[in-house]
Amino acid sequence: MVATEKNKNTYKVIGTRPVRPDGTDKVTGRAAYAADTQMTNLLHAQVLRSPHAHAVIKSIDASKALALPGVKAVITAADLPDTDSDSTQKLLDNVIASNKALYHGHAVAAVAAIDVHIAEDALDLIEVEYEILTPVTDVREAMLSDAPILHPDLRTSLQATNVDTATDIETNIALHLRQERGDVENAFENSDVIIEREFETSWFHQGYIEPHSATAFWSHDGQITIWNSSQGPFVQRDSIARLLNLTAQDITVIPQEIGGGFGGKISVYLEPIAAVLSKVTAQPVRLTMTREAVFQATGPTSATYNRIKLGAMHDGTIIAAQAYLAFAAGAFPGSPINPGVSCAFGPYYFENQLIDGFDVVTNSPKSAAYRAPGAPASEYAVESTINELAERLEMDPMELRIKNATSEGKPNSAGAPFPRIGAKEVMDAVKNHPHYNSELQGDDVGRGVALGFWHNAGLESGSSATINSDGSVSLSVGSVDIGGTRASLAMQLAETLALTYEQIKPHVADTDSVPFTHVTGGSRTTFAGGWVAYELGVELREKMRQRAADIWDIDIEEVEYTDDAIIKVNSDEEKAFTFSELAKKMATTGGQISATVSINKTSQGPAYAGHIVDIEVDKDTGKVTILRYTAIQDVGTAIHPSYVEGQIHGGVAQGLGMALTEEYYYDDDGHLVNSSFLDYRMPTALDLPMIDTELVEVPNPGHPYGVRGVGEVPIVPPMPAIQQAITDATGLHIYQMPVSPRVLLEELLESENLSSNGHGTGEGRF
Amino acid sequence: MAKIVLNTIINGENREFLADERDSLLEALRERLGLMGAKEGCNNGNCGACAVIMDGRLVNSCCVMAAEIEGAELNTIEGLADADSLHPLQEAFLENAALQCGICTPGFLMASKALLDENPDPSEEEIRWWLAGNLCRCTGYDKIIRAVQDSAQRINSSS
Repeated sequence: MVATEKNKNTYKVIGTRPVRPDGTDKVTGRAAYAADTQMTNLLHAQVLRSPHAHAVIKSIDASKALALPGVKAVITAADLPDTDSDSTQKLLDNVIASNKALYHGHAVAAVAAIDVHIAEDALDLIEVEYEILTPVTDVREAMLSDAPILHPDLRTSLQATNVDTATDIETNIALHLRQERGDVENAFENSDVIIEREFETSWFHQGYIEPHSATAFWSHDGQITIWNSSQGPFVQRDSIARLLNLTAQDITVIPQEIGGGFGGKISVYLEPIAAVLSKVTAQPVRLTMTREAVFQATGPTSATYNRIKLGAMHDGTIIAAQAYLAFAAGAFPGSPINPGVSCAFGPYYFENQLIDGFDVVTNSPKSAAYRAPGAPASEYAVESTINELAERLEMDPMELRIKNATSEGKPNSAGAPFPRIGAKEVMDAVKNHPHYNSELQGDDVGRGVALGFWHNAGLESGSSATINSDGSVSLSVGSVDIGGTRASLAMQLAETLALTYEQIKPHVADTDSVPFTHVTGGSRTTFAGGWVAYELGVELREKMRQRAADIWDIDIEEVEYTDDAIIKVNSDEEKAFTFSELAKKMATTGGQISATVSINKTSQGPAYAGHIVDIEVDKDTGKVTILRYTAIQDVGTAIHPSYVEGQIHGGVAQGLGMALTEEYYYDDDGHLVNSSFLDYRMPTALDLPMIDTELVEVPNPGHPYGVRGVGEVPIVPPMPAIQQAITDATGLHIYQMPVSPRVLLEELLESENLSSNGHGTGEGRF
Repeated sequence: MAKIVLNTIINGENREFLADERDSLLEALRERLGLMGAKEGCNNGNCGACAVIMDGRLVNSCCVMAAEIEGAELNTIEGLADADSLHPLQEAFLENAALQCGICTPGFLMASKALLDENPDPSEEEIRWWLAGNLCRCTGYDKIIRAVQDSAQRINSSS
């Protein structure tokens, strides 16, 4: 089956807006999250964290803590297994530091006690002797040859040819990556207009409201059970096994309801600590992070430095594009530089392009995935440069984009041809949108526009489905439900079986119950899990036909499964079962009917988004108010339009946080000084207007129902859209994110000092 | 670690229980009473996930000491629905898709209830102002605001 624009009109369940199965539990306080885990003989754990950003751990003395009544165990890195693997050692070191603390808040010891307050008291009694080293938190400073070195054994690995990056010296540069097409040098020489700009982005945290939490029980029989907040129970199970030197089958991860993740709940932080504390005490141990620890020690996305150079002809054709992208990985290699590179020019086709990317370690928490990892930073830089090029060429910024748009068959950054994509459809929808064509009114107001591109992901998924005797179908999925996927997967199974949504009972399974399923991330769950649901439906239909054929003692080919879920023989009106009638007969005609499917698909459809924003600038305070926001996106097929809108709303809100208020403040000693929700300023209800959405549906030909994946790309356009709106309102070009009130006010005051006329005025297209 | 005996009315029931003198109200609800509906997001009053109503006033339970609730009357998320039906706010949140991960939802519902108790017909601006103490990271607030508006209409049209 191939989804097309035509067959989407025939869907019965897809495209409707039923209530999510987990909804009632979530509005009544009954939904069980990891920190709610209670069980007999439960201990409470706390983690001691480094007060220094870079320090050798000379000694740890826990004797006083162990002497405190109620304390059951204290562990350090010495209590975790040894490994010969450098990469495993680095993962272990991030869980709990072995010889060096590499960031402020790095775990150094952990306590289990009979009460959480006793565990807190015990932390104060652990004596750690440090030798303080000079930290480096800025990505460009970390790249200098005289920078403090985090890992003396680190050498630069190259995914690049013809570069002069040294690979045999101590360095903080873990990776130099290059992607190249055509002859960029020659193309710049032939360009009519060249523009080159530099950009910086801060560390941005995912900001999920639920702190990480894990409860572990290491049984006397050697079996470990983990109840946690996880975006990927299977990948975490495998990771925990690797870190504890066990096999995956020794561990069962039972994911609890998850209170947000956005990529940040894929890495393992607490689970090995809780497991080892449980082994030492032979009791279950619950460990929940403080909010401060979440900011200090779990994955923000990389702070970045990006330089973009574009060469264009007078008619707007961009013939040369170059990007230099340096991403701070945090304490261990692994920033999202790869997708940062591959997404940078995603909406466009340039004949000549060259992208260099660098993964650089710094004394900051190890960066983790965050919604379209890497794409917001690199595309912010590119989109902002394109907007400025449009100004220079005196062209409409959407005209310029449409002129350079990529399309089906054109190569992506890695050289593979794009399948059917909605890039052009999204660009046209932006250009034709009433918002884009409306008059902007008032003083100190401005408008910005930008695009976003994201690959989306495929990967492994597995589920099983069982037909129940009452005609309902139980669906056990391997994907944790963050954004409504119980509903979106159940809807695709209902569509395939021609049943109602209410007949499907979805359930998130643990790692012993369904086939391996990759993370809930990469905008992949409704795509890949939906494909599994489709295949389950096809298999169950076949089995129902076979069962009916067996009952009637005829060949299966004579049995039809209709669009109303009637199993019947066309030539014989007597031979017909409703789905429920046949389900009732299962037990006495061969037993219950079920199916299990696992897949690994790579035909996910890339996503495109285009956003338009109107703002007002308060020139006395530097505060930006969002007046109007429109988000347009190719969503493939919107399985549940309300939940698709919700994904877009959430992505926009996070992107606006990046653009205006969110950032990590480090002092000169590398201390993170704003590790609270008060000081790490995420958007509140009062900061945002209603966010208008327009869903463009260009079905993904690589999915039975045309699903592309929708969750990530909406976080990409807000930064450059806001940047342009500020330029339009003030005449100022600001090349850093966020443009916090402090930054904007400083720029406004500086421009007033420079200009005898007072405020600058916008010179943009609007 | 001295213990204290506390007497309070929670969701209409008299409750007498033992708490640690260091417990916050949030800790007492969750760890001593098994009422897990109020959530800890920050433990310093910034996120509102632990919001409950104490003597008719919306509070962040992480910022109230358990000792302070002696003699007080509390309303938590566990008491919002009655035996046969959800509260109109809960219905409206479900039907307007006003929740995703759900961790902030109990706090938003209690805050919204406190708002509608005080102001049955709030404007969008008033809702946004009132709910600015509750952080949601999934929804961008759009559908939450609409759900509160919808709920206010339902309550007003049925009364």
